[in-house]
Parts: sequence; C-alpha cells; structure tokens
Amino acid sequence: MKITRRIEFSSSHVCAIPGRSFEENRALYGEAANPHGHGHNYVLEVTIAGEPDAVTGMIVDLKEVKEILNLEVVKPFDHRHLNYEVPPFDKIVPTTENIALEIWRRLAPHFTGAQGRLDLVRLYETDDLYVEYAGEPA
Amino acid sequence: MRLTRRYRFSASHRLHSSQLSEAENDVTYGKCHNPYGHGHNYVLEVTVKGSVDPSTGRVTDLPSLDEFVQKEIVSRYDHRNLNEQVSELAGLVPTTEVVSAAIHARLDAHWPKALPQLDRVRIWETRNNIFEVSKEHL
Repeated sequence: MKITRRIEFSSSHVCAIPGRSFEENRALYGEAANPHGHGHNYVLEVTIAGEPDAVTGMIVDLKEVKEILNLEVVKPFDHRHLNYEVPPFDKIVPTTENIALEIWRRLAPHFTGAQGRLDLVRLYETDDLYVEYAGEPA
Repeated sequence: MRLTRRYRFSASHRLHSSQLSEAENDVTYGKCHNPYGHGHNYVLEVTVKGSVDPSTGRVTDLPSLDEFVQKEIVSRYDHRNLNEQVSELAGLVPTTEVVSAAIHARLDAHWPKALPQLDRVRIWETRNNIFEVSKEHL
C-alpha cells in the first residue's frame, strides 16, 4: 500500500549554467534563464510504500512524515532563493529535475523500510510541468 | 526520471458507430450520441523518461518537446471537429480511448531522436474521465 503526502513551498531560482553566456542559457532554459530570477509555488508529493501495522493500522506515522518534510524541505526551501540560499544549488542548476533529486537524497534516509520506504517523489513546478523520481539511477 | 508536460486542446466530437443501429447507438453512447455533437476542454499529458543530463540538469529540452507536441497534436486538434477534421481519426469513433491511442501512435511514429523516450500519454476528457496509454497497452 502507498500513502502520499502533499506539501507546498514557494521559492525563487535562476536556471543558468555558470560560465555560459546569457544567450546560450536563454536557448537552453527559456524564460527561466532570466538572471534576476523568478519563482514558483512548488507542489511536492511524497509517496511512502509499506504495509499497515497490525496494531496501529498505519503504514507510517503521518505526524512524523510531516515533521520530516518540514525539516528537510519546507524550512530550508520555502521563501528562499534556491541558487543563493539552498546548497547544492549554488553549484548545480536548480531545474525541477535537480530539485526532485535533491529532495529524494534528503528524504530517503528517513524512510528505509521498517516504517515504510520512500517510493516516489513527484514535484510540480507548475500545473503543467512535473517530474517523478523513484530512486532509479538518475 | 520521468517528466510530464501538460497541454490543452478544445475540440468537438460525436460518438456514433456505423456498426450499430440508431437505438443501439443511443443506448451505448447516451448523450454523447447527440447528432449535433458536443465538445470538451481536453488536457493532454505527455510523459518522457530518461536520465538527467549532468550539465543542464534536465531530462529533456522543453522547448523542443513543446514544439513537437504543438506541431503534431495541439495545432491539429485544437478547435477542431474530431470526427471530421483530424486525419488519423477518420472513420473511427472518437471516444477518448481511441483519441488517446491515436495521439500516442502519432507521437511515437514521428518522435524526434533527440528527445528521451515517450513513456505515456494521458488525456483528461473532463476532470472526472482520465485515460492513459503507454506502449505496453497497445
């Protein structure tokens, strides 16, 4: 069985490869290359897989999930400029793909099996664009 | 990593099979058999699957994906009559099952080599009716 928790965070970012010209980055990332930055209301869905505990009837304690998501994602990401304030995005481009990979890295150690394992991270940048990562070789 | 992009087109259709009698068509398709047709705001989700390019941080070049889907599908389906104006649907009953399969087949047949592999096509006919097709379904 799977359970999915949804959270939101609002962040600004710039998608540009350091050392490349604005024109090159503009060709790669479109409007997202604007050097002054722009922002999104990101929606994150985190899916945990496991079997409901025979006594509690729960796969995982949702209060704990909420705390972990707050600690690992909302607190560091919400109302921040990802490039300037949230490592490793000072060094790697904060595309939706890279943000999803980073969220997976932060969350996976918390959900290792006994109390449900991390199954999927789905990150919506807008209603019309989302990525899904399930821990496969990136 | 999977990336999903959402597109929209508005189109009319009528569900009527030449292999059924008028009465059978009425029973089978109900209000969708209305002789004057009706329409929907379709939402088309195209999912691609691939690895993240370490230099760009992207699975796919979004402008290329958008241009391809726009050219092959959106520009040919938007504000059209699906029974009469879309060549791959000629002679077919444009149920959303049939439309999804036709869109998947067209995307697959013309799929640019530079894009990561097509994983899935999902169509929302209304917010309550959702259809999905991937290669293993065909």
